[in-house]
Amino acid sequence: MQLYELTALELAQKLRSGEVKQQEAVDAALSRIHAAQPDNNAFVTVDGPAFPAADLSASPLAGVPMAYKDNICTKGVATTCASKILEGFTPCYDATVVERLSAAGAVSMGKLNMDEFAMGSTSETSHAGPVKNPWDLTRAPGGSSGGAAAAVAAGEVWYAIGSDTGGSIRQPAAYCGVTGMKPTYGTVSRYGLIAYASSLDQMGPIARSAADCAAVLDLIQGRDPRDGTSLDAPAGGLLPSLTGDLKGKKIGLPVDCFGEGLDGEVRAAVLAAAEVLKARGAEVEEFALPVMQYVVPTYYIIAAAEASSNLSRFDGVKYGWRAEGYEDLTDLYCKTRTQGFGAEVKRRILLGTFVLSSGYYDAYYKKALQVKALIKKAFDHAFERYDLLLTPVAPTTAPKLGESLSDPLKMYLSDIYTVSVNLAGLPALSMPCGFDGKGMPIGAQLIGPPLGDGMVLNGAHAFQLETDWHKKSPKGGDAQ
Amino acid sequence: MTWETVIGLETHVELATKTKIFCSCTTQFGGAPNTHCCPVCTGMPGTLPVLNEKVLEFAVKAGLALNCEISRFSRFDRKNYFYPDLPKAYQISQLYLPICHDGAVDIGGGKTVRIHELHMEEDAGKLVHDPWLDQTRADYNRCGVPLIEIVTEPDFRSADEVIAYLEKLRSTLQYLGVSDCKMQEGSLRCDVNLSVRPAGSEEFGTRTEMKNLNSFKAISRAIAYEARRQIERIEEGKRVVQETRRWDENKDATYAMRSKENAQDYRYFPEPDIPPLELSEEYIEGLRAAQPELAEAKRERYQADWGLPAYDAEKLTSQKALADFFEQVVALGADPKQASNWVMGQVMGQLSAHGLEAKDMKLTPPTLARLIALVQEGKLNRNTAVKVFEAVFAEDGDVDAYVKEHGLAQVSDAGLVASVVEQVLAENQKSVADFKAGKEKAFGFLVGQVMRQLKGQAAPAVVNQLLREKLSQ
Repeated sequence: MQLYELTALELAQKLRSGEVKQQEAVDAALSRIHAAQPDNNAFVTVDGPAFPAADLSASPLAGVPMAYKDNICTKGVATTCASKILEGFTPCYDATVVERLSAAGAVSMGKLNMDEFAMGSTSETSHAGPVKNPWDLTRAPGGSSGGAAAAVAAGEVWYAIGSDTGGSIRQPAAYCGVTGMKPTYGTVSRYGLIAYASSLDQMGPIARSAADCAAVLDLIQGRDPRDGTSLDAPAGGLLPSLTGDLKGKKIGLPVDCFGEGLDGEVRAAVLAAAEVLKARGAEVEEFALPVMQYVVPTYYIIAAAEASSNLSRFDGVKYGWRAEGYEDLTDLYCKTRTQGFGAEVKRRILLGTFVLSSGYYDAYYKKALQVKALIKKAFDHAFERYDLLLTPVAPTTAPKLGESLSDPLKMYLSDIYTVSVNLAGLPALSMPCGFDGKGMPIGAQLIGPPLGDGMVLNGAHAFQLETDWHKKSPKGGDAQ
Repeated sequence: MTWETVIGLETHVELATKTKIFCSCTTQFGGAPNTHCCPVCTGMPGTLPVLNEKVLEFAVKAGLALNCEISRFSRFDRKNYFYPDLPKAYQISQLYLPICHDGAVDIGGGKTVRIHELHMEEDAGKLVHDPWLDQTRADYNRCGVPLIEIVTEPDFRSADEVIAYLEKLRSTLQYLGVSDCKMQEGSLRCDVNLSVRPAGSEEFGTRTEMKNLNSFKAISRAIAYEARRQIERIEEGKRVVQETRRWDENKDATYAMRSKENAQDYRYFPEPDIPPLELSEEYIEGLRAAQPELAEAKRERYQADWGLPAYDAEKLTSQKALADFFEQVVALGADPKQASNWVMGQVMGQLSAHGLEAKDMKLTPPTLARLIALVQEGKLNRNTAVKVFEAVFAEDGDVDAYVKEHGLAQVSDAGLVASVVEQVLAENQKSVADFKAGKEKAFGFLVGQVMRQLKGQAAPAVVNQLLREKLSQ
């Protein structure tokens, strides 16, 4: 077995036992990165350590090579959100997540490609060029954490930290056949994550297995005094709590997530996953969640509104890229932002500016906040009856490159199963549950109640004890 | 036609917290450019604001003192606009649910001004133009300095009322210790909204907003100028344009900055990075119970408890540090009226001679209390005491040591005084005869002679008594 086929926990164990040297692990990662990068373009910056020297007793994942999505601030390492406008920006501070993982002995190999400012579902809007799906290089890896999912799928790193505002961890994980988790809003500090939509953004792991995700979350969750929205909830202990036992647990299948628009092969694979969970002792039941019909417009209004404000600071005055040949201050702003942002980012900034404008605020933004509260209530209600919900992650498997960019509205609609989780602040995980006829991975989503991160991980762990979808690697995985 | 001026105020006050509103940088005024800042207050990507709880506390204390309702549920909002002194391109402020609302301030003369709201926000940085390089440079030291903005209803009818309100506001905030309210350092800034209407009219005229008012004097003059300008326009048959105008101190006039048509759309929306503030009844009541006594209450107490004249009470409470000083001198046993005379006379005199504010003086209450006690006990002559005071004021010197060292103790030894009296009477037979002939003036001369012999250190009461006794023999 090759090193890159191990899970992060397995590699860490071999590092601790001395069976594998740290340098070997880093070299293995680097050689995978160099082999895969020309094909999949998963990285925007490769910055592995020359002489790795992590304290292997620091954590259960110490010494394991990993990487960060490029919207996570890394001290001294360029952080660009895959945007031209942040060209040359090198933070003088680490994100809290980076600080915590560094202290836990994580070995960062660099920064991962993504949709520009995390806006997109295919990782094609990057200024550094599109990411390609390791399972089929003519297809998109999903987005916006497409580089993170592709790098883990291609065995370039053992885990990655992505961010998820409306599905940006879960959907690429599904498209690339890996496991990705968006934790409960507020359990992972957002300090150092360059904001897209502050009330929805949350960082989380993409890895080979639910157990690896649990191990990463044990290191990064927990209250941070630098993030006012971070929760004072107990953190840690997720990994030891994974029993795989689902006896007496009730799992709800929202019928509204299995209707029109859902690809037949995806439906079949997710329903088959429900049967596996049943076999582990869970009761599975269908129920109605009609609020699903409102989630996409609600999401795009709130996310765009916050983005229009969050991205205003990129004006060419203080850091990053500045347009040349401006006449005055207004011209400097206009030229820099017109030329520095890509089309999808500008579309969302304009949309957000519009919905916050005087005269439209009540009709759009305020209304969206009200619907958001209704969505949250509907989920709260569902969790009075169910321990977990099971849904597809996306209506289809990975699309062909270029297909989605031509029809943004269709791309927005494909976020239907994931965005509701962010609007309600819930924990949710995407796990591989099969392949379609073209050989592309299919993902199933488990959603838990607020702070039910352990429940979600345990559900996925139970599933992964019964199946080996998560152990599959893309073709060419052995090419070395 | 007679015209009525209608004015409302928006006052920005910098809070005297040690650190900024959303980070731990110092709020100190001055400092080399961009030395009082960090990734948070310069709005670097990925950084987040965390509310300084002292800011909330100061805002609630100010709201309570201005008789406001305190919001149990309040929130921050983002005010979005592009300008290089605002590094996030939005100011974190409060629009929809301000921390305090519906207050009232009694400004004297039977007039009450209603407070519409009081909210918290962050200050912006400063742009400095470098004429040599023809460059504009940004200094972010002031970014994130906490402010409260206090918005009144349009209740003022004259510049005098505006000044009375601002003086009351300044005294109140200084007494609370929530701001030093120094206009020259920009820690108290005021925008004036003004309109005119025919006297007796119920409807408001079109208003203008005036900015860049850096002193009470500027405010008074700008109000006079702007009211006259608006009245003249209307009387000429023109209309007043709703706009923002800038006061030019040198030209003594206001100039249009931007009209309502060009007003920015700030696209306010709730700040997602800061959770809503939910205040408990205990929190609010705890702060209410801990409110210090304000100037007005002190004035009343000084008159009622200590029988001080209204004039004294007014003077003593003009600065909180002075009132505190005075009260401590009284607490150390000094007679309140005596203490008041000393504070209003010598203390304030020395402060102005040294160009000091009361809060910065070194003199401590025990020093003045000791001096007053020495005079009271007849051990020090009042005039000598004043000289001692002037000598010890600057460094809070030791009164007893100074008196001893300079041999200034008052002579109350009746034997010594009596022998000098006898000598003076013997040497001034003519004056003695004059006095006995009914010339009271001669008595004063004799007292003066005795005092001179004793170098002014004799207790006047003792001298008087002994002289009268001898002369009546």
